[in-house]
Amino acid sequence: MKHRTFLWFILPTLSAMILFIALPIVSVFIQSLHVGHEQVIVVSESCGPFGCTPTTSIDLEATAKLQDEQPLGKFNGLSTYTNRSHLAFQELAEAWRTTQTFGEFWDQVFNLPFYRALIFTLTYTAVVTPMVIALGLAIAVGVNNLPKFLKGPSIFISLLPFLVTPLVGSLILYWMVDADGVIGATLQNIFDDPSLSLKASTALTWVMLIVYGVWHMLPFSFITFYAGLQTVPEDTMEAAQIDGASKWQSLIHVIVPHLAPLMSFVTLMMLMDNFRVFEPIVSFSAEAHATSLSWIIFNDLRESGNPLYGSAGATSILTVIGVVILLTPVLIRTWRDFNRKAH
Amino acid sequence: MATKAQNRITPLTIISFALVAIWLIIAAFPFLWTLWGSFKVQSDFFSKADWRNAFYGINTIKETGSAFTGAGYHGAWVQEEFWRNVLNTGIVVFFTVVISLTFGTLGGYALARSGFRYAFWILMAALVFRAMPHITLVSGYMLPFFEWNIWGLLPTTIIVLVAINQPFTLWMLHSFFLNIPKDMDESAMVDGCTRFQAFRHVIIPVMWPGVVTTGLFSFLLAYNDFAVTSMLLSAENETMVPAIASFLGTTQVQGNVMFAVAAVVSATAPLFILILFFQRQIVSGLTAGAVKG
Amino acid sequence: MFLRKIAATTAFMGLMGSAAYAAGCGPEGQSIRILASDFPAIHAVVGAAQANCGAAAAEFKPNHTTEARQIMNAALTPNPAEYTSVIVANSTLTQLMNDGLVRPLNDLVEKYGEHIKPNQLITIDGKVMAIAFMANSQHLFARKDVLEEAGVGTIPATYEEVLSAAEKIRAAGIMDYPVTMNMKMGWNIGEMFNMVYLGHGGDLFKPGSAEPNVNNAQGIATLNMLKALTEYANPDILTYASNETQGAWEAGEAALGIMWGSRGSPILDDEGSTKEITSNTVLAAAPAVGGGSIPSATLWWDGITISANVSDEEAEATFAALASALTPELVAAHNDDAVWLLEGFKPGPAAAGVAATARGGAKPYPMIPYIGIMHGALGAELSDFLKGSESAEQALADVEAAYVTAAKEAGFLQ
Repeated sequence: MKHRTFLWFILPTLSAMILFIALPIVSVFIQSLHVGHEQVIVVSESCGPFGCTPTTSIDLEATAKLQDEQPLGKFNGLSTYTNRSHLAFQELAEAWRTTQTFGEFWDQVFNLPFYRALIFTLTYTAVVTPMVIALGLAIAVGVNNLPKFLKGPSIFISLLPFLVTPLVGSLILYWMVDADGVIGATLQNIFDDPSLSLKASTALTWVMLIVYGVWHMLPFSFITFYAGLQTVPEDTMEAAQIDGASKWQSLIHVIVPHLAPLMSFVTLMMLMDNFRVFEPIVSFSAEAHATSLSWIIFNDLRESGNPLYGSAGATSILTVIGVVILLTPVLIRTWRDFNRKAH
Repeated sequence: MATKAQNRITPLTIISFALVAIWLIIAAFPFLWTLWGSFKVQSDFFSKADWRNAFYGINTIKETGSAFTGAGYHGAWVQEEFWRNVLNTGIVVFFTVVISLTFGTLGGYALARSGFRYAFWILMAALVFRAMPHITLVSGYMLPFFEWNIWGLLPTTIIVLVAINQPFTLWMLHSFFLNIPKDMDESAMVDGCTRFQAFRHVIIPVMWPGVVTTGLFSFLLAYNDFAVTSMLLSAENETMVPAIASFLGTTQVQGNVMFAVAAVVSATAPLFILILFFQRQIVSGLTAGAVKG
Repeated sequence: MFLRKIAATTAFMGLMGSAAYAAGCGPEGQSIRILASDFPAIHAVVGAAQANCGAAAAEFKPNHTTEARQIMNAALTPNPAEYTSVIVANSTLTQLMNDGLVRPLNDLVEKYGEHIKPNQLITIDGKVMAIAFMANSQHLFARKDVLEEAGVGTIPATYEEVLSAAEKIRAAGIMDYPVTMNMKMGWNIGEMFNMVYLGHGGDLFKPGSAEPNVNNAQGIATLNMLKALTEYANPDILTYASNETQGAWEAGEAALGIMWGSRGSPILDDEGSTKEITSNTVLAAAPAVGGGSIPSATLWWDGITISANVSDEEAEATFAALASALTPELVAAHNDDAVWLLEGFKPGPAAAGVAATARGGAKPYPMIPYIGIMHGALGAELSDFLKGSESAEQALADVEAAYVTAAKEAGFLQ
């Protein structure tokens, strides 16, 4: 295709993405290299309905001049990336120096907010992604083998968890999982432990979040694989059966290879979305036991009064880098496919 | 066509059916439970005394006289004027899907037919763009939008949703177009069409399965969005999901949870109907494109 | 929406009997744009302002949203600002003042403030930055019937008494988890720490500077008290915010609660609970702690501010409209919606706790520029200690480290 035609075709989507994503990413990165100017604090007194108390306030005029000269703030280089709320190089080095055993070192690392969030995020991604793919395939094969009249309703029901907005879906499950809710109470009955509560223990909260993650993402994987199953060539399947393959063998040796490109697509999307997990943590009120990278960003922007843009920006850039690292194997494969197709 | 040999019941088949059955129950149960509970009062559905109250509606009978009550729905739709939010969602979603698909089909087609290296890099860039957390992007938008006086307007939200969802749309559509044989539009161009005419007369008629599927994902992304719509719309323009969140109350003030439950059911119902009707198109659409990756 | 209509109608009916207010609407033909939270009491005030002065204005656009805190700084920065007024609380006033986004109201108060009492004025260094109209606080809720049954004679007045009462209730087999509080990780647990720490007489920062001051004896005592309280609370307590604590209370699962006064009215009403529970619920002042004499609570107010980046005429019209709403008639129509600071407020049973806490001399939530950062650091770093996996000293050291990192980024520390 001629370059100029290509440009005209791609212009609308490219300009939307550049304006609203690329430029903000650059701006976020630049913001993360700066910190606020020194605030001049003066002692003052505040009075209100409950009496007068000594307090401090900011002398805005003193900082105004600095603010006008350098509106972005004080240049801080990559220090925001290495401070305690992010990669914490100094704290890591000190922990390495002062701890005797690996267990102690690990405890200290887990104490740092970024690493705690990273560990949960990686665990979540590493568990949810393969489970969603494996179970999605299994259920797609299962539904494919159902009698015709059952297929339609099954597909419909299977898509339900994906349809609901994550905020609301996880809220519904949160209500049910509460120790007094239907699932929570049933679990207490099954395990005969009246004090069992999914929200009270860290391990169980992680399990609950992972189960929610699988429940929510399974339909996407299911429907993609189900569609793929419709295109498995009949002849290959019959040939395999004539050769004496059992159902399990034809699954592994015929169907899975045929669906391999689909699996890369689903893996790609799953890795990306799971690494940015956020809504379940808020809806399940799980912050005490599990935090994620997106949650740290949310916290920096919303819970600190005046938003900490630099810190949130640094965590965002680190998230993007993390996603790129995770996706590298899949991207290499796509690169090879692309080269094969284009020539 | 399934042969007799394929229909033999083996242990594997039984396990497979059992797995599907368990999954169907797990998938449907929360929604059925919420649907049932939306006709009860708060002290039943969220009963701390006995969860079976939600089933029998003890307090509902006490407070309203019958086991089912429409109080949640009345409160959400009439008192809190949830229908406005539904209307806003309708507007936002319709325009987002239309614009998103227009931009996406043009871009996806170009990327599929390009053959040059830079097409790959644009796709990679789109992937990296998708990795950026939305909340950071939206926080960055707020000050410029306030300065230019476009905050709180539906068109602003529509454009932001279109732009944020472009990466996913581009990926899906580009793989659909890869599966439409090149010969079709190339022969049209040999016959004297420009590239755009070839696109319009040859490609558009056959691209619908893929477009419907991508449209559905775009629809879901716009319908279910919370991060963008909660921060970029004012109370009068709110779409459904932020409105539901606002029914839940804050730490200092009690909200009205049953309104939220009724609103959740009302918000999910159109999706059910949508899936019911478009089920076949979705499957055939996915078959037509993403299947071959 | 509905509440706003009721508020507007009621205010309008009150207006019919006193046409004098219409005159006090300030310059006519201005645009009045208000940003506020979604509370019924605030709906009432804004509704009354609209009823009084909406006709005199060119446009009157209120935006009641739960996201008010997130958007207010960005919304007020451009000139002209998106809103002419924001209804703030202690913490959000500080947030706006840090960026210089609200203007002093001294001259406007002189002109339009006939109904404004001196204690409603929030002043910093003599400049009136906000007009408060309602108060709120967390305080003690007690079930007097359960306390009697367990042999506890009086409503506990200190946290130590709360602990011993809880022990007696548990020993008597009445309830396993008699205590309930808002201890959800994040803002809620940070607030609990603030309350008990201030009750111990501690200061969150070194005087006159932004350096943190929590890793000390009072901080450790605070954490130990919080830990002791969680022993008597539901194991899920670290996920409890007001919806959960109120739910637990109304279901009769707790006998001693630290909850918001604004939840008093919904708890005492006819819905959601039984007569036995609501008639035996007593709202008392927040307990003192550690031998201190003041209730361990932070007092909150909600009030009116006017943007700095709007024209003087718009500012005046907006202030006049909102000030005209703060009348005894409004209070009479909405007496139980809030703990009003206005004339004519008759505290009902739902306001007893807040009133007692204020009378006891509790401290207001500090209006210090870097309090938000400290609150955020507390909210994020205390979970490990409360789960029992780290020591109090380590937790407080973490809080200070997290605070210092964030304060350096904001420019409060170098």
